[in-house]
Amino acid sequence: MNRKLVFNILGRLLTALAGLLCLPAGVSVYYAEWRSVAAFILTAALSVVLGVSMQLPTRRHSGVLYAREGFLIVALVWVVASAIGALPFVVSGEIPSYIDAMFETVSGFTTTGASILPDVESMSRGMLFWRSFTHWIGGMGVLVFIIAFLSNVSERSIHILRAEMPGPVVGKLVPRSKDTSKVLYIIYIAMTLVLIALLMLGGMPGFDSVVHAFGTAGTGGFGIRADSIAGYSHYLQWVISIFMLLFGVNFNVYYLLLIRRVRAAMESTEMWTFFGIVGISAALITANIWPQYGSFWESLRQSVFQVSSIVTTTGYATADFNLWPSFSKSILLILMFIGACAGSTGGGLKVSRLVILFKLIFQEIRRMLHPRAVTTVKFEGKQVEEHTLSSVATYFAVYMICIILIFLLLSLEPFDLETNFTAAVSCFNNIGPGLAAVGPMGSYAGYSPLSKILLTLAMLMGRLEIFPMLIAMNPSTWKKR
Amino acid sequence: MKIVIFGCGKIGTSIIESLVGEGHDIVVVDKDPGVVEEVSNIYDVMGLCGSGVDSDIMSEAGVADAELFIAVTGSDELNMLGCFLAGKMGARYTVARIRNPEYNDESLGFIKQHLDLSVALNPERLVAQEIMNILHFPTAAKVESFSGRNLQIVNVFLKDDSLMVGMKLSELRKKYREKFLICNVVRGDEVYVPNGDFIMKPGDRIGITAARGDMLKLLRDIGMPQKQPKNVIILGASRIAYYLAKLLIAAGIEVTIIDRDKQRCEEFALAIPEAVLIHGDGMKQEVLREEGIAATDAYIALTGTDEENVLSAFYAGSQKVPVVIAKINRQEMVLTAEKLGISCIVSPLNIVSDIISRYARALHNSIGSNVETLYKLMDGKAEILEFKVFDDFPYCKIPLKELNLKKSILLVGIVRGRRPILPTGEEMILPGDRVIVQSAGQPLGDLADIVG
Repeated sequence: MNRKLVFNILGRLLTALAGLLCLPAGVSVYYAEWRSVAAFILTAALSVVLGVSMQLPTRRHSGVLYAREGFLIVALVWVVASAIGALPFVVSGEIPSYIDAMFETVSGFTTTGASILPDVESMSRGMLFWRSFTHWIGGMGVLVFIIAFLSNVSERSIHILRAEMPGPVVGKLVPRSKDTSKVLYIIYIAMTLVLIALLMLGGMPGFDSVVHAFGTAGTGGFGIRADSIAGYSHYLQWVISIFMLLFGVNFNVYYLLLIRRVRAAMESTEMWTFFGIVGISAALITANIWPQYGSFWESLRQSVFQVSSIVTTTGYATADFNLWPSFSKSILLILMFIGACAGSTGGGLKVSRLVILFKLIFQEIRRMLHPRAVTTVKFEGKQVEEHTLSSVATYFAVYMICIILIFLLLSLEPFDLETNFTAAVSCFNNIGPGLAAVGPMGSYAGYSPLSKILLTLAMLMGRLEIFPMLIAMNPSTWKKR
Repeated sequence: MKIVIFGCGKIGTSIIESLVGEGHDIVVVDKDPGVVEEVSNIYDVMGLCGSGVDSDIMSEAGVADAELFIAVTGSDELNMLGCFLAGKMGARYTVARIRNPEYNDESLGFIKQHLDLSVALNPERLVAQEIMNILHFPTAAKVESFSGRNLQIVNVFLKDDSLMVGMKLSELRKKYREKFLICNVVRGDEVYVPNGDFIMKPGDRIGITAARGDMLKLLRDIGMPQKQPKNVIILGASRIAYYLAKLLIAAGIEVTIIDRDKQRCEEFALAIPEAVLIHGDGMKQEVLREEGIAATDAYIALTGTDEENVLSAFYAGSQKVPVVIAKINRQEMVLTAEKLGISCIVSPLNIVSDIISRYARALHNSIGSNVETLYKLMDGKAEILEFKVFDDFPYCKIPLKELNLKKSILLVGIVRGRRPILPTGEEMILPGDRVIVQSAGQPLGDLADIVG
C-alpha cells in the first residue's frame, strides 16, 4: 500500500472538511448560537491543523493509485470524516457522549437518519443544520465531492469513484473522472435547489425547507421535529415523497435526459423496475390500511409517502407505521432490503442487483433444463459479464451474512426480536427507522454504547457496500509494498 | 478536445497515453471487455465495449460532437469504415491506420479523398522512413528530421573512448570549428538541457544539430566517421521490412531479407525482385553467418516479437556489425535493450503517438503558427517541435535576444526556405520560417507560448 498517497488524500479531505464546517458555523452565527459557533470553529481549526500536517510531509508522494489504495482511501475517509464531524456535537455539549455523537454523525454521512436524540426539538439550529448537511454531502459521496471540486487526482481515480459509488457496475458519464463527478454534483445541486424552492412555495419556513431538502436529496431522513414530516401540509408531504423517489433513481438517467437522449433514458430497466416495485407496494398498502384510515386519499398519501421513504432508504415518516397491520409492515420490511437504484443517493441492496439476481435464478433453471444451453444475462441492453454476475451473487451472500451477524450481536440487548432485527436491517441499509421500539416515532437512544458502536459500523459498511470496510480491516492491505 | 479512439491494441494504448497527458477528453471503444476495463482503470478515459462501426456505440461514445476520431484496430477496412461513418456522423477530423501495402500506393490518395480522411497512418512505413534516416548517420541512435530533411537532430551515445567525454560544452565550442548546438543530453532517466558548464559523461545520449555538411564533419572530428552502408541484412519479412526494402533499393543499397515462413519469402521475392530472400531461421547463428553477417554494414531486426529482435540484434552487435537496429514495441523492453548495448531502437508506438499528439495540438493552434513535427524524449519529459510561422505571428521581426524566452525553452533552429540557421541573438523569426523549438518539462501547444 502506498501510505504517502493515502495520507495525502486524507489530509486534503480534512482541509476540505474544515471548509464545509464553515457553513453550519455561518448558520449558527445567523441564529446567534455562540456556543455552536465556537464548537464549529474549533473543530474546523483542528481539522485544518490535522489536514495540513498530514499533507505537508506527504506532498511529494510517488506512485500510482491502485484498486487497493482506492478502497482503503474510501474506508479511511469515511471513518475520519465521521470522527471529526462528530466533534461539534460533543464540544458544544449538545450530545455529551462521543459514542452517541459518532453514531449521529455516521448516521448523517451514511444518509441513514437513525438518531439517538431523545428530543430533536431542543437542539440548536446550527447543529440541526450540520446533521442534515452531512446527509447531503454523504448522499452523493464525500470523495466524489473532493474529486469534483477540489483535487487534481485524476489518474486512476476511477478506483475511488468505484469504491464510493453504490451499485454493481460503476461507469463514467463523461471521459474524465473529475468531470463525471462534477456532472453528478451539478445535477444533485440543481435538484436540491428545485426542491427547496418547492418546499418554500408550500409555506415551509426557510430553515426547515433547506434541512428537509438536504435530508431528502441525500435520502437521509434527519428531521427537525419529533413527528418527522407528519406535521406539515399534504402538499409538502407529496412534494417530499416525489422527490425521495426522484433521488432514488440512477443519476445516469438524469444525465441522459440532460444531453437529450430521452429514449435511452426511458429504456432504463432499473428505473422502471424501481417504479414498479414502488407502485405495487403502495397499492397493496393502500388497500391494506384503507379500513384503518377510512379515506382512500388519506391512505394513498400515507402509503405512498412511507413506501417512498423506505424504498429509497430515506426514513422520513408521516405516520407511525408501527400501528399498521402486519401485512403492510411486512411489505415495508421487504422494501428495506431492496433499496433504491444503483448510482442514486439511496442505499440498500439496489434494484439493479435484485434484477440481476432474478435473472441469475432463471439462468440457473434454464441450465438445469438444458444442460448444454449457452446462456447469457442481459441488463440495460448489454450483456452482463461473468465476473459482474459472480460479484453480484457474492455481494448478496456477504450482505445477508452481515445482516445476520449484526442481528445476532444486537440480540444481546433486552429488546424484542422485531426491534433488534429491524434495527440491524435499517442501519445496515441506511434507512433509519425500523419497527417496534426503533420505529418512526422511537429512537436508538435505548441501545447500550457497545451496540451503538456496532450499529455505527453497520451503517458505514452498508453505505460503502461492505467491501471497502472489509478490505480496510484486512491486515494484508496495510503491508508496505 | 473530445477524442474518440476506436481500437485499443498496442498502438491505441500508446496514443491514449500520450493524449490523456495533454488533457483531452477521451472515449475508447474496443470489442474486448477485458482490454476496455484495463484501459479505463489505468487512464482517466471512458471505455465502451463494442464495435466502432456500430451506430449505437458510436452515438453513445459521442462521435457526433467529437473533434477527432482515431481508428487504429488491426483491420484496415474496419478503420476506413469507422472513419467514414464517424465523419458522416459529425466527427470533424478522422484518422485511420491503413497499413496494407495494397492500399499504400497510388490508391491511398483516392481512399483519403473519398473517405474524407484527415490522416492515413501507416506506422510501418513511418518506421521504415525513420530507419532510412538513421542509416544516413549510421552511428546515430536516432535521427529527428525537420522540414523535410533540411534540419536534423542526430542523437548519439557517447562511448567510453569518445573524444567528447569529460569535456565542458564551452570547451567543445572552442575546439571544433563547425557551428553546432547540443540541444539535450539524456542521462539515465533524465533529460538535461546543457549549458556551457555541462560536462559530458560516457553513456550520455546527446542530441546534436548542425547544418548537414557541418554535421558529417563534426561527427568525424569527434571520432564517429559516418560510413554509408552498402549492404543490409533484414530479419523478418514484415510490413516494415517491405517498405524499408523498397526505400533501400531505391537508394542503391543491397538488401538481404531472412524469414522463417516460406510463403512470405515467396511473396516478397515476387514484390521486390531486387532483394535477396532467404528462407531460414534467423535465430540460428549458422544461417546468419552463412549470409555473411560478419561482413554486412547494417543489421536490422524487424520480426514481430521484441525478444527475437533484441536477442538477434545482440548477437549481431557481438559480430561487430557497424550498424545494428532493432524494432521494439514494448516500452519496458527498450531500457533492457539499451542495457544490452543495443543503442539503436525504433518503436512504431512512439512514432505514431508523436504524430497523433502533434496532430491534436495542430488542431488547437491559434493563428500565427502551426505545429508541423513533434518528437518526444523520454516519455515526454522533453519534446522538440517544429512550427510553421505565418504572417500574423506576434513576435515576427524581433531580434531573439530581445524576446524574453521561457527558461524551459531552447530555440534549436530556424529553417528559412531550405536553409537551416542555428540562431544567434541577432537572428529574427520571419513569416514563412519554420522554427524548431525544444521544450523541457511541459508540453508546448503554440509557438507564441515560448515567450514568458
